[in-house]
Amino acid sequence: MNNSIALKSILTKEIQRFMRIWVQTLVPPAITISLYFVIFGSLIGSRIGEMGGVDYMSFIVPGLIMMAVITNSYSNVASSFFSAKWQRNVEEMLVAPVPNWVIVAGYVGGGMCRGILVGLIVTLVSLLFVDIQLHNIWVIIATVTLTSATFALGGLINAIFAGSFDDISIIPTFILTPLTYLGGVFYSISLLPEFWQGVSQINPIVYMVNAFRYGFLGISDVSLVSAFAVITFFIVTLFTVAMVLISKGIGLRS
Amino acid sequence: MTYALEISALEKTYKGGFQALKGIDLTVKQGDFFALLGPNGAGKSTSIGVITSLVNKTGGQVKVFGYDIDTDLEKAKSFIGLVPQEFNFSQFEPLIHILVNQAGYYGVTKKIALERAEKYLKQLELWDKRDEPARTLSGGMKRRLMIARALMHEPQILILDEPTAGVDIELRRSMWSFLQELNQQGITIILTTHYLEEAETLCRNIAIIDGGEIVEDTSMKKLLAQLDLETFVFDLQDNTTIATLTQFVAQSPTMTYRVIDDHTLEVDLNKSQNLNDIFKQLSAANIEVLSMRNKSNRLEALFVSLINKKSNAAVATQQSAVVGAN
Repeated sequence: MNNSIALKSILTKEIQRFMRIWVQTLVPPAITISLYFVIFGSLIGSRIGEMGGVDYMSFIVPGLIMMAVITNSYSNVASSFFSAKWQRNVEEMLVAPVPNWVIVAGYVGGGMCRGILVGLIVTLVSLLFVDIQLHNIWVIIATVTLTSATFALGGLINAIFAGSFDDISIIPTFILTPLTYLGGVFYSISLLPEFWQGVSQINPIVYMVNAFRYGFLGISDVSLVSAFAVITFFIVTLFTVAMVLISKGIGLRS
Repeated sequence: MTYALEISALEKTYKGGFQALKGIDLTVKQGDFFALLGPNGAGKSTSIGVITSLVNKTGGQVKVFGYDIDTDLEKAKSFIGLVPQEFNFSQFEPLIHILVNQAGYYGVTKKIALERAEKYLKQLELWDKRDEPARTLSGGMKRRLMIARALMHEPQILILDEPTAGVDIELRRSMWSFLQELNQQGITIILTTHYLEEAETLCRNIAIIDGGEIVEDTSMKKLLAQLDLETFVFDLQDNTTIATLTQFVAQSPTMTYRVIDDHTLEVDLNKSQNLNDIFKQLSAANIEVLSMRNKSNRLEALFVSLINKKSNAAVATQQSAVVGAN
């Protein structure tokens, strides 16, 4: 059995899905992030001055791009996989000789493609507001790739457990959004009191946003080594959990 | 003898404690056209679910062309094409994408998949709809789409779970001839259906499942040979009257006639009687027959009697248990 063809098929299906409904999947992030740039960047940002040694608008750009990548990677897999369960077309893959890792890789790959594509769109939109610097392109590529993989895996696990469409909006609303807002997108965690700086250390999004910001601006609240260690830990853990769940057929097989 | 499917002591108990399969044994030969019949909730779909790995079994063994689903699951899956009872494709995808992606899951290249998609969509009269989203299809078209999808990797076994449910008679018959062609090409077909005429017309071997147990597993010919009574309906010439027919029935004690109306007569015929005697009696009474038909589906009568036999046996066991306890 040629697993690369099966992987390509799942990936193609996933990309076709979000491209078919591009008005729902690609346009809203561009509009939302434009609003962030206008309100937090131009209007409020101009009164804030500098943050971390750079002007506020430049400071928030990497965080806003990362926020779009995180949200879209997660929601793409969560909604697509749950829809496949709900419409039962996930059975098309379950009855076929597709190894479980191919199913996981296909869906996660689809989520990463949407996350990164939205990230590119948001980056292009941000060029209308600010001149983007590139400090280290490889750190940018590595961070965005690994972060989108992490949240695509999270979306997959959410969809496996979800029993209704409500269940795939609970985690983004009550966990993902607060963690993102508290993840240093709009501020440097060095501004926080010591206690809250410590609390921020357990928020994985802090590491992702700061590593990404380092790629653009060369500044970070955390070390790159610890950032990549945290991201790798989450990828390995979430991939293992996803594989166990699919192998056992949780939420998929009776 | 090569077996397409070998099932032994298969058990499935769902989480709530419901035992859907109670240790069934079944074999299907390569090239067979096999019917799996049973009332609702008998265990047909659970059996198919286990064979296709959509349901986790709790005991027993399943082999597909000799490959055990516990040890060679992917190999076993590669032989099977499934047409499930419920529509289970993405309603938003165009037909051509559904078929090409499905073939891809089995490792079929896009070029070959496109050729096969064209072949099957044309054979099943769906080619004009290839770029339409699946939700725009009628019920019958959706059923045909699922058959096309199941064939995309050219399986050795095609399992159809009530493939003609809700399909009009004309379309049903065209699907029958399509399935017969596939079977003639060597594909083993396993069919569950509620249309017993369908099973009688298409299948060579049959198993009847009820309450998670196989109550009959034999050839269609042997099963039908068990039937000792058939009912024929005679449509008569316009010149007959109720009075004539009533008098005729009263004078023919050897046959079980029933007068339906002034132009219709029914008769039950067992194996020791023959149709010639009936025609002779009708002719002697100057009753002319316009046409004759078999009233009930023969398999249906047998099916009902087999299921009833099992239910009666269960009730008797329960009663004796109660008596014993008292």
